[in-house]
Amino acid sequence: MKMMKLTCSLAFALAIALAATGCRNHKPVGVTPLPGQQNSGLVGDLGAGGTIGAGGAAGANEAGGGATAALDTFDGMTKDPAALAAYTVHFAYDSAAVKKSEKANVQSVADALSKDSSAKLLIEGNCDERGTEEYNRSLGERRALALRGALSKLGVDPSRIRTISYGKDKPVDPANNEEAWAKNRRGDFVLLHPKAGA
Amino acid sequence: MKNYYLPLIKAGLPVLLAAFTVNFACGQQELTISHDITGLGVKPIPVSLDGFSGEVAEVLKFDLYVQGFSFVAPEAAQYQISGSSAGSVQGRVVDRFAKSTLLARSYTGASLRRQAHTFADDIVQAITHKNGIAQTKIAFKVQSSTGNGEIYIADFDGRNAQSITHDATIVAAPAWVPGRLAIYYTTYQLGNPDIFYHNLSTGQRHVVAHYSGLNTSAAASPDGSKVAMILSRSGSPDVWVCAADGSNLKQLTATPEDESSPCWSPDGQWICYATKVAERRVLAKVPAGGGAMQRIPTPGAPNPTEPDWSPDGKWIAFTSQAGGFDICVMPAGGGTPTVLVAGEDPSWSPNSRTLIFTRRVGGRYVLSVLDVFTKQVKDIARISGSDSQPAWAR
Repeated sequence: MKMMKLTCSLAFALAIALAATGCRNHKPVGVTPLPGQQNSGLVGDLGAGGTIGAGGAAGANEAGGGATAALDTFDGMTKDPAALAAYTVHFAYDSAAVKKSEKANVQSVADALSKDSSAKLLIEGNCDERGTEEYNRSLGERRALALRGALSKLGVDPSRIRTISYGKDKPVDPANNEEAWAKNRRGDFVLLHPKAGA
Repeated sequence: MKNYYLPLIKAGLPVLLAAFTVNFACGQQELTISHDITGLGVKPIPVSLDGFSGEVAEVLKFDLYVQGFSFVAPEAAQYQISGSSAGSVQGRVVDRFAKSTLLARSYTGASLRRQAHTFADDIVQAITHKNGIAQTKIAFKVQSSTGNGEIYIADFDGRNAQSITHDATIVAAPAWVPGRLAIYYTTYQLGNPDIFYHNLSTGQRHVVAHYSGLNTSAAASPDGSKVAMILSRSGSPDVWVCAADGSNLKQLTATPEDESSPCWSPDGQWICYATKVAERRVLAKVPAGGGAMQRIPTPGAPNPTEPDWSPDGKWIAFTSQAGGFDICVMPAGGGTPTVLVAGEDPSWSPNSRTLIFTRRVGGRYVLSVLDVFTKQVKDIARISGSDSQPAWAR
């Protein structure tokens, strides 16, 4: 070890003497002491996120309800994804337009809502994987909002409808082909029931 | 050690002088280019790296490669980097053409890895007179096949990664507050995509945007006082801006189209974002205080999304989707985009020279860093699952 160090120092001195012939500014070796312990990262131990209660946190907005019903109202309702699963609407590539061929499904959802005035609706907008992540999150939302608009035209009160976009995070088929993509470009309808006794 | 230095000693000055003479014209040219980085397509700076081993050698190679250096034999190098990593890092940079020692330094404390990163930054500073990136941090999301994920913080090379959320839900779009250990991100923890602010020193977090519909893509203003984001509360995804605490909400765009991925100009005057005009995806900008939208043409780069304005104000990087996805940069004042490499979602380093971005490999994403001017690119350490949506701390 000592020998190694000596060799290094010697090599260093020689290297400088050779390479820096005529060197104008021959600085001594500076020492940079670094704070922190062995094996510490560039970031110290970071504070992991604490719990956030729904609605109660500072800055939680729109508690009074906006264009659609407030989140809490829906959180208090039971999701029923099976009831309207048959009426999932599919979209063309990179489009949020509700196709004519899908109108029957939208009508079926409107009928279900008109039969049960206590129920509300959650529309989940989804995309295929062919698009950047946040672009797809916006596109999924626009699909859900387009379906809300279509239901509104059929007489459903839009305040009964909430939208959520999953972008491309929830494909029904993870495969990498046109058949899978067509299945994944969709709006799912989730019926929301009041909790028993509420 | 011996093997490297002995021939030099034996050969002595004649060899050095000969190499110097032969390469003089070429060397001078390289010096000019490497010290005046104004355009793209720059050749890497040839350096030699001797005397380092193990982790230190790996760190130096990675850090320098992704900052536009190439590794050659000592006699072909413009700069000779030598030293040792036994016990601690010590190193030296010699300019072979100017015949001067640019840097001679030893490092103590912390870890060998940290010492190596610090030395890498000193090398970059000594040679290019610019701040290096070796001690910078990134945030990103790690997603499992269920779609759920967590937000992670790591060194820029992916090492020392720590999960800062433990919510087991969908997360997205982390964004740093400039100059602070704090980030914004989107989480579905409350059942809805909402924007949280998270103080990384204390672990405290609070809701910034929790409106009905979509709340995502937060971007802190350069001075940290405001945040731009995408909300759909008005009926379609639009760009909104509010104070850092969520107050003083203001709508900046009101199109029926879907806006996405806002970013700030470094002077805080503009917010650039992706939108659609006449069913075509485009980039646009809007004054941060409100005003008319202006298109930013990206000729030759179709379907632009995910813009990021460089901290020096000169460039806008973005993703173009032709067949696959490409990382492009264009002058922020307008001009022709340059396609750099295949990839998505670029984020600028604080020195406006390197980009971190995502690459699709099979069914998942990996993170890579790219030296914009030489196009040298390397994947960073992988965490698990799919690693995407990188944000470079500035």
